[in-house]
Amino acid sequence: MAKKMHIQMTVNGEAQEFLAEPRELLIHTLRERLNITGPHIGCETSHCGACTVTLNGKSVKSCTMFVAQANGAEVTTIEGLGSPDKLHVLQEAFKEHHGLQCGFCTPGMITRASKLLEEIPNPTEEEVRFGMAGNLCRCTGYQNIVKSILAAAAEMNAAKEAAE
Amino acid sequence: MIPAAFEYHRPTDMAGVLAVLAEHGDEARVLAGGHSLIPMMKLRMADVPHLIDLQDVDGLSGITVEGGRVRIGAMTTQSDIIGHAALAEAAPIMREASLQIADPQVRYMGTVGGNVANGDPGNDMPGLMQCLDATFLLVGPDGEREVQARGFYEAAYMTDRADDEVLVAVAFDAPSGGYAYEKQKRKIGDYATAAAAVLLGKDGDTCTSASIAMTNLSDTPVWSEAAGAALVGTSVDAAAVDAAVAAMLGDIDPTQDNRGPIEFKRHAAAVILRRAIARAWDRA
Repeated sequence: MAKKMHIQMTVNGEAQEFLAEPRELLIHTLRERLNITGPHIGCETSHCGACTVTLNGKSVKSCTMFVAQANGAEVTTIEGLGSPDKLHVLQEAFKEHHGLQCGFCTPGMITRASKLLEEIPNPTEEEVRFGMAGNLCRCTGYQNIVKSILAAAAEMNAAKEAAE
Repeated sequence: MIPAAFEYHRPTDMAGVLAVLAEHGDEARVLAGGHSLIPMMKLRMADVPHLIDLQDVDGLSGITVEGGRVRIGAMTTQSDIIGHAALAEAAPIMREASLQIADPQVRYMGTVGGNVANGDPGNDMPGLMQCLDATFLLVGPDGEREVQARGFYEAAYMTDRADDEVLVAVAFDAPSGGYAYEKQKRKIGDYATAAAAVLLGKDGDTCTSASIAMTNLSDTPVWSEAAGAALVGTSVDAAAVDAAVAAMLGDIDPTQDNRGPIEFKRHAAAVILRRAIARAWDRA
């Protein structure tokens, strides 16, 4: 039995503390240990992006990170972006513009898109496609995903302008 | 996919890293961004009883451009490279190449050090470093030493780095003239079917210097001295480009895999090199 280590991390603003084997993958920690099941396991080989979370300000694939590496980290998942009562602007835009069909890739898509819009608040269509290249969708053909993200960007920028 | 159990170390300085390496020998390996090593561990193709995470080691990341010399710390990520204005100015080929590596999530984690030290023939940085005539800085129990990128790679995953050494930085002179990094891949996130790094110097209509390196077309990166020599002194006309491509094809040794048979890879290598030379010459 491998030695367990003491892990502390903040997930969606909440402090978490537990013992875990260092080899545990972050996606398994989130889903099975913390019952945060928004991030999905698609390919489990760093290709599909369904497991994308924001870790210390970076979009990462949580299937390709050991829980030990995330010790001390701040993690945000789709659950930390919006709630059923108060959807995030991106969630609203995906709903409005048909940015999903089966929905499996959507938590990863929106989590990644939230970081992309933080870095490039007013992206071109090309920048959206390039910035979302680490997330695969097998239903939509991407057209409506791109449309949703551009619409969310416009919405967020309009809200920002109105506030100023 | 659960990797075999390991003991995790997260030292905060190089002395701590070297101490674990000295104690555990080839049972220990350093972890940078982990996007080559972790997939291998998950597939149980790599067994690492002692994993040394470098994320808290001071002084391993950062880019400096001083007096025409570029130094990039091993833990600097592809994403850091893409966002660094002074580096984009001094060596734009670094940004051009980094934008073609994997996808955004991987580029936040993937590091220069991991990319050059792992010795994977599919990685883009080794060929690029050979094109730039870079120097690698290694630290081991006997102190620091420097190795030329062009002499570092021995075979797939076999390099001049000893088990008890850590690659801590790469350095090179900021290149002048035209540049291009051209890469053919089947899809985003895939390794190259063929990639070419090209640097060309130009005086009037004459090519004054040329450096050409190819990626994923042998079990090591291939810096083709003969391909460069075929361009120097010419006006990079069609005959000179043909000669450079022929010379490059004489230096690579691709193998058949799921990216295609040998003939296809040689064809792709020629196309990619022609495009890279044309773009570099146009920019020179």
